[in-house]
Amino acid sequence: MKKIIIFLLYVSLNFTNVKALIKVDITRGNLDPLPIAISPLHVDKNSEKLDIIDTDKLGNEISKIIESNAKSTGLFNPLNKDAFVQKPDIAHLKPRFEDWRLIKAQALVTGKLLIKDNKLKVEFRLWDLTAAKEMLALSFTTTPANWRRVAHIISDKVYERLTGEGGYFDTRIIYVSETGPKDQRVKKLALMDQDGYNIKYLTLGNELVLTPRFNPTNQLVTYMSYFKNMPRVYLLDIETGIQEIVGNFPGMTFAPRFSPDGQKIIMSFAKEGNSDIYSMDLKSRIVEQITKHPSIDTSPTYSPDGKYIAFNSDRSGLQQIYVMRSDGTGVKRITHGKGIYGTPVWSPRGDLIAFTKVRKGRFYIGVMRSDGTGERLLTENFYQEAPSWSPNGRVLIFYRETKADKTGKGFSAKLWSIDITGYNERKVKTETDASDPSWSSLLSK
Amino acid sequence: MKFNLALRNLLIVLFGALVLSACSTAKKGDLTGDVYTGTETIEYLAKGVPDRVFFATNKSSLTTAARDTLRKQATWLRKNKDLTVTVEGHADERGTREYNLALGERRANAAKDYLMTYGISGKRISVISYGKEKPVNPASNPLAWSQNRRSVTVKTN
Repeated sequence: MKKIIIFLLYVSLNFTNVKALIKVDITRGNLDPLPIAISPLHVDKNSEKLDIIDTDKLGNEISKIIESNAKSTGLFNPLNKDAFVQKPDIAHLKPRFEDWRLIKAQALVTGKLLIKDNKLKVEFRLWDLTAAKEMLALSFTTTPANWRRVAHIISDKVYERLTGEGGYFDTRIIYVSETGPKDQRVKKLALMDQDGYNIKYLTLGNELVLTPRFNPTNQLVTYMSYFKNMPRVYLLDIETGIQEIVGNFPGMTFAPRFSPDGQKIIMSFAKEGNSDIYSMDLKSRIVEQITKHPSIDTSPTYSPDGKYIAFNSDRSGLQQIYVMRSDGTGVKRITHGKGIYGTPVWSPRGDLIAFTKVRKGRFYIGVMRSDGTGERLLTENFYQEAPSWSPNGRVLIFYRETKADKTGKGFSAKLWSIDITGYNERKVKTETDASDPSWSSLLSK
Repeated sequence: MKFNLALRNLLIVLFGALVLSACSTAKKGDLTGDVYTGTETIEYLAKGVPDRVFFATNKSSLTTAARDTLRKQATWLRKNKDLTVTVEGHADERGTREYNLALGERRANAAKDYLMTYGISGKRISVISYGKEKPVNPASNPLAWSQNRRSVTVKTN
């Protein structure tokens, strides 16, 4: 895959640091989403034609992606463009605030674009309509092929300005694409933009692949493959397509994850009926055994500072979540509730651990503080597991399977997302059935 | 002693009856506790040598029936000294994927260890876990799950 570089040349245009009146609170479920008008971007008449998309429609397409992103947060209510009262180019210069207020908009996004010398130049502004002030103005240049990313970057900037939190739209999801009947599934590694576009399949489906996870720079993926019927953890460079087995273990390795600095892969190694947690340093290739216990220890995850590891173990009899120092000392059980707990994943903010809980035959995705207190169950279903965090630590993506009838029909696996408020549960668009999602960090930081 | 044994057997029977009556969805007689005791999915390595054994939820301990099957497999392996096998360990779909991979490995090794105690060299037995990835019965009900919690001995030469 070609390396995508976005040149972000932020130029402040008449930027005044006005303390805005509008502010979106994302710390609780938002039942009153902010009405926002997202104007089509004005397309400069001197723009060159493109093969990939009709240049005249590009401004409108970009605004539709921003709308869709804004809507998906549950925090914004993008208004119908039919009601818009000003032409894009005029609004972008300076909106007639009172006219936009008339259609009940509180915020407005305007912009313009020019394609020249095979470069896409974009400029946009965010307006606070209530205070009649400009809140944000940025411009940047990229290659036209990145036009969808332009929309995601604008979405991130608008989200960041209005919520005070980091965005998560210019991101990708790596997951396992599933096709075929339940007892003969074909699984492939797949990569897509956060909104389901630009899908790329990274394996052909000849062997079973599971649990892909990004490294912090989103260039490498670690996953498990049954290549040659040897279940092992692999490392894949998604730009070069080069892959290799991680370590030289005489048995199954599984449940891999990168350390926060990207230097190590942590995983389980199963030997003679016992699974323990190991790490391997990618440069020195030095392997370290971290847990040593005759129980199943798996699904390890580092804290964002790399000092701790959470994992699940059945050393108490049933699966529970434990935290230890990253050298394996100081193991402490943190879940004590009724039911079994698995797949801990540390939030990128470090404050919370997301998990799967099974109780009385029902599956829950939940979050708790890293000491196990403050458990909150966000969603309940027949089967769902494997949460992964959005880079801002506000949204979880996971997969959900439906019940099959006696012949195996009715089975499906889909990706879903939910805010950690417990609100805004959504199915994530995928071309095929899907499982084991892993969210990238922001592509442009 | 005899009395104790008789009493224990009676209790086991009573307990089994209680569990059975609680499982209305599964075919009666095919489950003891939640361990599959039917014959529906079983294939035979040789005449009278079933290829698989079944496990309770989240467990890898061998039931009396499982040990009986594995002893038959050991006898068959002793008679056919050139054969090598792979024991495939599987889990049902009601656990997290990664834990199930480990559980499948533990089940396959439980079967392998038992074959070894009956004199079969560990060199002739490899193990692989498929976790919940290869259900033999794709249905989502207790009977299917009990059939999927299994280790299967497969000839590899």
